[in-house]
Amino acid sequence: MSNIKVFLKGIVDVSPLMIPVVPFGLIFGVLAIDIGFTPIETMAMSLIIFGGASQIVLLQLFSGGASSLVIISSVGAVNSRHLLYGAVVSEHLSDLKLIWKIIISYFLIDQAFAISNEYLKKNKDNNRYFHLVGGGATCWVIWQSTTFLGIILGAAIPEKLGLSFAVPLTFLALLVNDFRKFINVIVIIVSGLVATFGYNYIPFKAYVIVAALAGLFTAMILTTKNKKA
Amino acid sequence: MSNWALILYCGLITYLTRFSMIALIKKEMFNDRIREILSFVPSAIFPAIIFPAIFINDKGLFEIDDNPKILAAIIAMVIGIFSRSIIATIFSGLASYWFLIFVV
Repeated sequence: MSNIKVFLKGIVDVSPLMIPVVPFGLIFGVLAIDIGFTPIETMAMSLIIFGGASQIVLLQLFSGGASSLVIISSVGAVNSRHLLYGAVVSEHLSDLKLIWKIIISYFLIDQAFAISNEYLKKNKDNNRYFHLVGGGATCWVIWQSTTFLGIILGAAIPEKLGLSFAVPLTFLALLVNDFRKFINVIVIIVSGLVATFGYNYIPFKAYVIVAALAGLFTAMILTTKNKKA
Repeated sequence: MSNWALILYCGLITYLTRFSMIALIKKEMFNDRIREILSFVPSAIFPAIIFPAIFINDKGLFEIDDNPKILAAIIAMVIGIFSRSIIATIFSGLASYWFLIFVV
């Protein structure tokens, strides 16, 4: 396949995951203005950080009067999952020039990782990374335009609709195939419980990475036992 | 710290979480065992976002009574397991949630 076709396939594959990003981006724009950020600052957050969950965490902590150091560490902790995404996809990108690694890194986000990880595993073409760029660029366009719309719509969106619930549903949808595998289910439960009960006790909102490491550790133990048996 | 400095530092740390592993890790560093463990990454990370978003309310408190998100998430999960469809999972979850808060 040509570069453009792989890029387009990335766009098509990621599209279903973009539906819940729309309300999320709108909510971010509305909330940021509500808290007192200027429209330019709000737009800059989406352009510079480009990470939905961490941007919402930033707003929550900022409005609660948290110090800059706590906010920055929390954003880093929420986004620490990208370290693991990077480790997974790096295998497919190791032959690329540095400039491509710099560009692709900007687009390494949850949804693009989720769909391109599958594609990269199944395809061995040299241009397979265009799939990740296609998915990431699609997310970028949706995220920036919905942030912009959120800024404009402001208070017009009823909070009662509870659209932030679309966030856990998106991540839930990304796991539908894993619910059928026994070890994955155990890992999901361990990670979820650690995150829920550590939410208030693990400092710097690092519950995401602590829960993930607990989940990976569980997977490590369970897969070892499997082999011996 | 000004808002702009805060945004720039948050952007920088986020970018580094994405770039560092891609830039540092070489192909030879991966054996089958590491691959196997890494295949569990989505199962290990996504629940850390899902569970608190369902069970912990806006005030940071654990909430299990009178919480429509729990039932809505279970319905979405069951639909997801049987349909294997991302869109069906998300919409069944949102539809059940709205039904529970606006109709029931």
